[in-house]
Amino acid sequence: MNRLQKLLKEQKDIFSVYYTAGYPNLNDTMPVLNALQKSGTHLVELGMPFSDPLADGPTIQKSSEQALENGMSLKVLFEQIKDMRSSIDMPIVLMGYFNPVFKYGVEAFVKKCSEVGVDGVILPDLPFDEYQDNYQDLFEQNGISNIFLITPQTPDERIKLIDDNSNGFIYMVSSASVTGAKKGLSDEQITYFNRVNNLGLSTGRLIGFGISNKETFQTACDFASGAIIGSAFVKLLDENGASEKAIADFVKNIKNN
Amino acid sequence: MMSDKNKYKVDEKGMYGRFGGAFIPEMLQPNIENLKNVYLDIINSDAFQKEYKSLLKDYVGRPSPLYFAKRLSEKYDTNIYLKREDLNHTGAHKVNNTVGQILIAKHMGKDRIIAETGAGQHGVATATACALMGLRCVVYMGEIDIKRQAPNVARMKMLGAEVVAATSGSKTLKDATNEALRDWICNPEDTFYLIGSVVGPHPYPDMVARLQAIISEEIAWQIKEKTSKDYPDYVVACVGGGSNAAGSFYHFMDDERVNLIAVEASGMGVDSGETAATIALGDLGVIHGSKTFLMQSDDGQITEPYSISAGLDYPGIGPLHAHLHDTKRASILSATDQDALDSAMELTQLEGIIPALESSHALAVLKKKKFKKNDSVVITLSGRGDKDMETYMKHFGF
Repeated sequence: MNRLQKLLKEQKDIFSVYYTAGYPNLNDTMPVLNALQKSGTHLVELGMPFSDPLADGPTIQKSSEQALENGMSLKVLFEQIKDMRSSIDMPIVLMGYFNPVFKYGVEAFVKKCSEVGVDGVILPDLPFDEYQDNYQDLFEQNGISNIFLITPQTPDERIKLIDDNSNGFIYMVSSASVTGAKKGLSDEQITYFNRVNNLGLSTGRLIGFGISNKETFQTACDFASGAIIGSAFVKLLDENGASEKAIADFVKNIKNN
Repeated sequence: MMSDKNKYKVDEKGMYGRFGGAFIPEMLQPNIENLKNVYLDIINSDAFQKEYKSLLKDYVGRPSPLYFAKRLSEKYDTNIYLKREDLNHTGAHKVNNTVGQILIAKHMGKDRIIAETGAGQHGVATATACALMGLRCVVYMGEIDIKRQAPNVARMKMLGAEVVAATSGSKTLKDATNEALRDWICNPEDTFYLIGSVVGPHPYPDMVARLQAIISEEIAWQIKEKTSKDYPDYVVACVGGGSNAAGSFYHFMDDERVNLIAVEASGMGVDSGETAATIALGDLGVIHGSKTFLMQSDDGQITEPYSISAGLDYPGIGPLHAHLHDTKRASILSATDQDALDSAMELTQLEGIIPALESSHALAVLKKKKFKKNDSVVITLSGRGDKDMETYMKHFGF
């Protein structure tokens, strides 16, 4: 069982944060993760910046551009993770687009993930069939959980298929949108959360997209194992830099009842 | 000679050999799945065919002539036929596709159309089709391209389209495509994404190729009328994403007697760093949902291409063309900015036809390859040069 699987099994109301690695400065990755861990974050999705992030809104696009300009790459990121694993024990999930991974070599990538202490990977544009046909064995043999997305438009049958082939969590995209696009959770979305809950899935779900404050976080936790905050956190860094205090306040404001 | 049929067509998984597929985020999956399930039935239906063919004839002005270029043929001591897509309504082959896809969108009950555009040719062709059908139209265009292509922006606006600036990344065609995909993610119910080339996730490359296939369908009967043979020895077209080349090759792909040549834009030269010669660089990856050759850094970041011709500077290439190259069915040549300018001037002065810069890359084949005296060489003139007059004025000092 990797750190991620253990967390999903043991922790309720999982507070998870997406953060673009190497933003706002190249070497902010470790201090930001330290601050997140200290303030009680359970899980981090570490963004691997890409030139063409087509599922992301302006906030994460901008952070990716900046991180690339700072010199972030998979090679640099793996070095950073390796260095910080002595102090960071939260599960780390890498999130990004398929092309840089493909260019690095998928096999080399998965092995490196395993070597430096990455627990899971989210590649939104790696389709399920492609994963199953070519990469599932590789991921499973190396103990790396591949995380799939589902959306309000995903049919029940497909959700079940994804559930059967997941061993980390399922990323529930809360609405038809890119990251950072919508505020709040509507009745329609609640209906979708309930529909998925009634499918009797074996994999835990984390809700993301549109989770930005205490209210939306709590609502999401009512319907899933936890939730992921992305753009709101990246915006905080944009405004305050990698300030430990700002990060601590941010987490406290959302997490605490 | 029609053996091993469909060797070059898309398979049921959306692949052309090892290229293609649908590398899309889950948010787009239902839309793509839906389109994949209906596009062939719609295209093959009598109702669609009747309406499409009627629009191509009376609105677009097809068939486009296959013109025997006598003086050009004399100069190169061979037989050169120009497929005159430049004579279509809106001035290029792009309209064949937009008229077809707009009918598909209507059949699917979609009433909002989005599109990406680089130089604005596909944007204008899309806005034209939307005006014709009375559908809402949003065109994404890079902020830099909007500044460079003011007349086309004005045309789109006059046609009733909303032109939205893509301000992310390099602010050009690839970013406009990203913005269009983001729009589609956010508006999955009422919106149809009208892609302008044989790129993007399956089924787009196949759908667009089928809608452009009218070019080779006409060449096939026109060449019979003009020569003693029922096939051309060569078909030549320029390739950026590759839609006019796909259309020009389509009906000849399984007929190995016909040599297919695609000409990429190498800008300042293949190894100059200022190029759009995707296949010559030969780096495999995934761009806009398709596995194909693309231009990228060592870290897998997609890089900005360069060509004097705005219609050819896409950092990827359609998966069909990657496959035609891989199987050696087509030869891929490249032409520089200067080659294209020289060929544009040559055609203008020998035949009285001012070609688009894109098409001038195809014409540059004449300086790169020696054809035999009896060969029949069809070169697709994908568009007219009106839109490029500013570039021509600058380079030729008019």
